[in-house]
Amino acid sequence: MDLPTSDIHKQAVKSLDTTSLLTNAARQRDARNYASFPIVDVDCHHYENESISEIVKYIDDPVLKQMGMLYTGGGTGGQTPFNPGLVGYQDVAGRVTRYPLRKTEVTPGDDNHRDVHLSLRWMDAMGVDYVCLFPTPMLSLGLHPQPEIEAALAKAYNRWLLENITAKEERIKTMMYVPFSDPEAAYETVQEFGDHPDVIGFMIVSVRYHAVHSNAYMKTYALMEELGKPLGFHSNYNWNDRLVGNSNRFLVTHALGFTVYNAVHLCNWVVNAMPERFPKLKTVWIESGLAWIPWVMQRLDNDYKMRWSEAPSLKGLPSDYMREMYYTSQPMEKPDNLDILKTTFDMINADNQLLWASDYPHWDMDVPSVIYDLPFLDERQKHKMLGGNAIDLFGLDVSKRFPNYKPA
Amino acid sequence: MAKEILVGKASDFKEGDKKIVPNGKNSEIGVYLVHGNWYAYANLCPHQGGPACEGLLMAKVEEVIAEDKTYQGMRFNHDEMHIVCPWHGWEFDIADGQAVADRKWSLRKFEVEVRGEDVYVLA
Repeated sequence: MDLPTSDIHKQAVKSLDTTSLLTNAARQRDARNYASFPIVDVDCHHYENESISEIVKYIDDPVLKQMGMLYTGGGTGGQTPFNPGLVGYQDVAGRVTRYPLRKTEVTPGDDNHRDVHLSLRWMDAMGVDYVCLFPTPMLSLGLHPQPEIEAALAKAYNRWLLENITAKEERIKTMMYVPFSDPEAAYETVQEFGDHPDVIGFMIVSVRYHAVHSNAYMKTYALMEELGKPLGFHSNYNWNDRLVGNSNRFLVTHALGFTVYNAVHLCNWVVNAMPERFPKLKTVWIESGLAWIPWVMQRLDNDYKMRWSEAPSLKGLPSDYMREMYYTSQPMEKPDNLDILKTTFDMINADNQLLWASDYPHWDMDVPSVIYDLPFLDERQKHKMLGGNAIDLFGLDVSKRFPNYKPA
Repeated sequence: MAKEILVGKASDFKEGDKKIVPNGKNSEIGVYLVHGNWYAYANLCPHQGGPACEGLLMAKVEEVIAEDKTYQGMRFNHDEMHIVCPWHGWEFDIADGQAVADRKWSLRKFEVEVRGEDVYVLA
C-alpha cells in the first residue's frame, strides 16, 4: 500500500508483519540469551476497539447494549457512545508505521483470536514470556460523562477479555479494568473478577478527575487487599485537559500528561495515608517513566516537613512510602549522564520495585535491552527487573516455561 | 579491505528509492538514491536497535516564522530528507546519518561506489 509522506516522496510500503518488524529485537533476544530467564511485561496493549462489536454483546443493560450494537455495527456517522474522544496522533503522523499499517497484518483464521496471534508474535520476537495486557482507547474511558457507560463497558470488556483472550493463552494475563467513575461498580468488579486466576491485579485509568482517597472507594481497596492482588494506576494523556493539554504540540501534552495524572493520584494516595490504611495493598504506577518519581519524592518530603499537620497519619516521609511502591519502567528516560538514571534507580529501590514494561505496540515502546544493557546493573538485578520482581509481586506461576525457576 | 556488496543496477533506482541488502547473517544495509546522491546506512537504529532503513523517507519539517516572529505554519523542506526509524520515529539526516534531534547519535554510514551500471556498498 502507499503511505502519504512528504508530498514528492509518497512511499509504497509492505503490509505489516510484526515478526519481520521486530527482527532486530529477536537478534537482541538471542545475543543476550533471554531464553535463560523469565521476562514479564507488566504493561502491553491490544486494540480492543477492533473487537468492539464482539464486546458490546457482553453488556447487561439491554438499552445500552442495543445502542452499542447499533453504533459498533454500521454506525451512524462520526459519533460513538463509548469513546469520550481523544485528539492525538501517537504515531507521529504515520512515521511509526505499525499504526497506519496495523490493519494490513494477516493472522490465521483459526479459533484463536487475532489479538492472541498478534500478542504472541511480538512477545516471541522480544523474548517475553508473560504479559499483562491492557486495552487502548478504553484508557480514556475515565473521562466519559456517563459513569454508567464506563461501568457497563468495563464489565463487558472484562468478561470478553477473560473468555476470548486470557482463557486461550496462558502467557497473557491482565489487571482488571476498574470502572472508577462509579464506586459501586468498581466494588462489584473486584467482587466478580477478583479471584479469577487470569486476573493478576486491578487497574484504574489515571486520566480522570476522581479523588482516589474518597471514602466511596475504601471498601473496594479493602477487598483488593484481602484478595492479595495489586492495584495499578495506568496513565494516559488528555489533550482536552485545561492544564496538561495546554500545548499546541502532542509532544508536550504526552510528556506532561502521562506523568502528571499519576503524580496527582500518587500524592493524594500518600498524604491521605492510604498505605497505612491498607498496608498489604501494593500499588503499581504504570507508564509514567521514572524521572517524575525523584521530583515528587523531593517535593512531598520538603512540604511534609513544614506541613506535618496535613498528613498526620503518616509514620514516615512520603518518599519512604513511595520506595515501597512499584513502578513500571516504560517509557524509560535515558539521560546522557547515566549517573542520573542510576540515582533514580537507587531512590526508588529499583532492585525490588522496578518492573520492566514494553507498552508494545504503542509508539514509545521499550524493548528489554533498555534494562538489560544498562552498565550499572549486574545480571541478577537485570533478571529481577525484567521478570523476577513481577513474578514475586503477582505470584505468577512460570513453571510451564521455567520448570526450575527460583527467585533471584 | 572493505567487503564489496553488490546492491544492483543503478538504473533500477529512481529518485527517492532505497534497497536493503544483507550484510552477513545478522545485519542489513539500506542503500538510498536521494537528490542524485548515493547513501548507505546500517539498518540499525542507535536508539533501541530498530530497523531504521525500513522506515519512511520524509522531508524535514520546518516552522514558518515571519519577520515579526509570528508563527505562520509548517512546511516540508525537501532539500533535507530524513530516514525515519519505524520503531519510535527517530529521524536521521540522509546526508550524514546523524539524528536530527541529537546529532551525537547517528546511523553507521557506509561508502557506495557505482562502477558502470553496478552499485556496490563497501561494508
